[in-house]
Amino acid sequence: MATGVSAPGRAQIGQKTLRTDRWWLAPLRIGVILAFFVIYATVRIFMNKWYWVDAYHYLTPLYSPCVTSSCVEGSSHLGTWFGNFPRFVPFSLITFVILAGFRGTCYYYRKAGYRSLFFAPAACAVPEPHKSYSGERKFPLVALNLHRYFFYGALVFGLLNVYDGIQAFHGKDGGFGIGLGTLIIWINLVALWLYTLSCHACRHIVGGRLKNFSKHPLRYRYWTFVSKLNPKHGTFAMTSLFTVIFTDAYIMALSAGWFSDLRFIN
Amino acid sequence: MTELERHTYDVVVIGAGGAGLRAAIEAREQGKRTAIVCKSLFGKAHTVMAEGGCAAAMGNANSNDNWQVHYRDTMRGGKFLNNWRMAELHAQEAPDRVWELETYGALFDRTPDGRISQRNFGGHTYPRLAHVGDRTGLELIRTLQQKIVSLQQEDFEATGDYEANLKVYAECTVTELLKDGDAISGAFGYWRESGRFILFDAPAVVLATGGVGKSFKVTSNSWEYTGDGHALAMRAGATLINMEFIQFHPTGMVWPPSVKGILVTESVRGDGGVLKNSEGKRFMFEYVPDVFREQYAETEDEADRWYKDPDNNRRPPELLPRDEVARAINSEVKAGRGTPHGGVFLDVSSRLPAEEITRRLPSMHHQFKELADVDITAEPMEVGPTCHYVMGGVEVDPDTASSVVPGLFAAGEVAGGMHGSNRLGGNSLSDLLVFGRRAGMGAAVYVDSLQERPKIDEADIDAAATEALAPFELEGGENPYSIHQELQQSMNDLVGIIRKEEEMEQALGRLAEFRGRIAKMTVEGHRQFNPGWHLALDLRNMLTVSECVAKAALRRQESRGGHTRDDYPGMNAEWRKKLLVCALDADGGVNVTEEQQIPMREDLLELFELDELKKYLTDEELPAK
Amino acid sequence: MSYKGKFRVWRGDSDGGELKDYEVEVNEGEVVLDVIHRLQATQTPDMAVRWNCKAGKCGSCSAEINGMPKLMCMCRMNTFAEDEVVTVTPMRTFPVIRDLVTDVSFNYQKAREIPAFKPPADVKPGDYRMQQVDVERSQEFRKCIECFLCQDTCHVIRDHEENKESFSGPRFLMRIAELDMHPLDAADRQHAAQEQHGLGFCNITKCCTEVCPEHIKITDNALIPMKERVADRKYDPIVWLGNKIRRRPA
Repeated sequence: MATGVSAPGRAQIGQKTLRTDRWWLAPLRIGVILAFFVIYATVRIFMNKWYWVDAYHYLTPLYSPCVTSSCVEGSSHLGTWFGNFPRFVPFSLITFVILAGFRGTCYYYRKAGYRSLFFAPAACAVPEPHKSYSGERKFPLVALNLHRYFFYGALVFGLLNVYDGIQAFHGKDGGFGIGLGTLIIWINLVALWLYTLSCHACRHIVGGRLKNFSKHPLRYRYWTFVSKLNPKHGTFAMTSLFTVIFTDAYIMALSAGWFSDLRFIN
Repeated sequence: MTELERHTYDVVVIGAGGAGLRAAIEAREQGKRTAIVCKSLFGKAHTVMAEGGCAAAMGNANSNDNWQVHYRDTMRGGKFLNNWRMAELHAQEAPDRVWELETYGALFDRTPDGRISQRNFGGHTYPRLAHVGDRTGLELIRTLQQKIVSLQQEDFEATGDYEANLKVYAECTVTELLKDGDAISGAFGYWRESGRFILFDAPAVVLATGGVGKSFKVTSNSWEYTGDGHALAMRAGATLINMEFIQFHPTGMVWPPSVKGILVTESVRGDGGVLKNSEGKRFMFEYVPDVFREQYAETEDEADRWYKDPDNNRRPPELLPRDEVARAINSEVKAGRGTPHGGVFLDVSSRLPAEEITRRLPSMHHQFKELADVDITAEPMEVGPTCHYVMGGVEVDPDTASSVVPGLFAAGEVAGGMHGSNRLGGNSLSDLLVFGRRAGMGAAVYVDSLQERPKIDEADIDAAATEALAPFELEGGENPYSIHQELQQSMNDLVGIIRKEEEMEQALGRLAEFRGRIAKMTVEGHRQFNPGWHLALDLRNMLTVSECVAKAALRRQESRGGHTRDDYPGMNAEWRKKLLVCALDADGGVNVTEEQQIPMREDLLELFELDELKKYLTDEELPAK
Repeated sequence: MSYKGKFRVWRGDSDGGELKDYEVEVNEGEVVLDVIHRLQATQTPDMAVRWNCKAGKCGSCSAEINGMPKLMCMCRMNTFAEDEVVTVTPMRTFPVIRDLVTDVSFNYQKAREIPAFKPPADVKPGDYRMQQVDVERSQEFRKCIECFLCQDTCHVIRDHEENKESFSGPRFLMRIAELDMHPLDAADRQHAAQEQHGLGFCNITKCCTEVCPEHIKITDNALIPMKERVADRKYDPIVWLGNKIRRRPA
């Protein structure tokens, strides 16, 4: 039996959608970006190299924290917590699980993914191609409700990234130094933190779950702050995606010796 | 015999706006099986258009406020023509009705100590209007709608049927009231969707059908406002009073043409907006009439100080009652000091910071942005008078809302008397609640008092059906849309904001001509959701009501509130004592007769200073003190 | 400033229908509803269309214009080129009655299934005290004019008729959020949101927010916070474990 817009009783209109604008453009664009990131990140984490620039103590966020015995010397500035990972397992597995988990369960990326990758739906008032739909009620999608735990994880990793960022003020001669890499790392840090703090789970945790704000003035202040960032969560999500890729690519290039860092101080 | 579906109820409420819903809630709570019949979908009634607020002397914003002050303001606003008992009940009961809404789930804006916030409005001495931004009507209708749902949920718990005791018949029009002898026995109508007929067998009918604005060209009212209740009541033998008093809201949109007439809330002025002519002058200072001279500021400085310190300054003249402001704007435009599109400027952009405007007046900001491409935080609005409200309506008993016909009740805009010759802003939402409840209660008490249930005569059903189908019978007649447009134009031009004897005579001539044309109009298509047919049936009502307005307006030789005569510019105390009563005569024509007002009760009279009373009352009416 | 606009309007009923072409006069400053009215007054007197306030306050004239769910009264003609064909159809998620009018009773049915505001037991009318900051969240949702465009655009029911039974739609999930955030509401609503009203169907693709003529942030401010509140109760392992342990002896 016909369902959706051609279900019996509804206005019988031949065209599935009558939208005349280029509704496919936005999901296509986002889809290409997401696919690029997935491919880039997969390739990068399996490379297991070019993640550390010893001269300036630059560590790429994709490999932070580097805490296995396999990490190149210097990159494990937070200590080694594990022994050698088997060859085919990326060192950055834990980082990857938490960060991919945080982004994968993020309300913005869910929207983007559903629209661009699963066409559920690709755009408003454009029919989705699936026969049935059960939403986020069943396994595996019900697991998306675990977003808040990834958020806690992302907070921890965010702090570790800040530590990396402080390390990156390192000059060639061992003292203080600033290069273009330092700047890029810090821009990325800002983008990552804006993304993390503007998260919907964060908004809920700091105050959204309260029934009476007036009884918790401090938490209301936090909530108001997060609520100001939250409408731009999608923008922060995309910006930070680009800054992460760019930071990683820059550090990879330095590490591989494709070009050298532009130094401002030392 | 006519084919139709039949339903039996104790009380049938016609109209699902604030008054209708409140009446239905009351009737159902009194244990009566109740039906609500409305022309639109449930929750779309015209009450949603009310923006500013609901007047109730709760004293939250200024503790000096009480029902006596509210009563005085209401009587002054109506130029003492109000039914004083209604005004008294209204002022006394409004706070309870508003507080009750909170128990239904309403969320009004709050004061810092957590009570209901109240705002200033034209004609009200103290900040008195409970509000939610500028969408108070929506809050009211949604709250009442949700209360109805909650009562239905209770019935579901008890009986397994949501609609056991309270049912909404949406998109259903009542075309005739049926009687057994003198008393109401039911209502006849049709489903708009299918065109099929429906009969309600019920001993009590509450009219809550709103106003008559669709008889005028420039109006803030929606298509539903065709005076159905007014006309139904007359055909059932009830009387209308005060029909000459039509309120033209001073600030309607004037541009673009498609939205001409749409309301710009009075809160714009209450919150600091000022009226300016094309020369940039705040002209309202020149239009303060003598009766109000003492309460209004004389300089811009004093007026501006009032917003901050209302106790030590007088109010800005922009907040005069609506009739005064509407006439002032009309005069400015006529004198050639209007805007390019024939209005005046209403400016709030230079008075409040942008964020403050979008916070306090969100739907106005939205309305101008989307409909006129005007950003009210940056530029002034263009506004002009628009037909907004009819003060007149069914003559009712103040305490029970009963008309002269046993079993027929009326509440809200369709009832007359409460607002006298001019309604204060904010008094209509409270009117709906106070008298909606009273009508529901009146109907319930009436049903209980009946010895025998009135019966419906089958012949009346057939007659009603024939009448309803008449527009399909003729061929080659006129299209109802064009007659409607001409009717609106005539009323707007000839019985509008400023009236003259010759023009009204002319209007009556045209109305007689329309009567002939309406009898001969044709409707194309079939009965299923046919807007042409719906309009044809509504047109009869609009015509009857227009005749009442024109005849009563011609008769009243004075200017008062919503009735301004170019040829009789002054207010006349002798006329204050008289009500003009409209009824149908034997051959369906409108008859206007004079009726004496009941003198105000002494304790109420004592609430006023003698000097003030002298402005309104004749010498013999003044208290002997 | 007047021109002949090209309109394509769906005419028909539940048995079938078609898009019909019309040429109608369009004047400066008009909206789609004005043109539909002119069509009605001059060419098609029996064309069914539902409307009331004409000012975007009542939510009656919902339809789909060039495929997008919109209010006809808030869709200005100057957003189209003069030679552009403007296609107007009824909402495509609800059964059609005739022409542009659909049967929206689904929504009223869903409204009824949501338990009403439960007043606090010990507070008398007139004694309600609430702070502005506490009512503001719910007030945003109470701006809803019930045009049902969000319901119309939501793919959960638009594309899957069979989900209508177990999914209340954005409008009514927002109603639950409104009550759950009401500072004085005494009922527990979080469990029912997920179990009876189908909050879990929502995959936050935000079309409801996109089409809302009142610009209510339905997804960000109502649905996601509600999902998080449900997660507090249902997907929090500690709470879950606690419930399991407590339930066993009973």
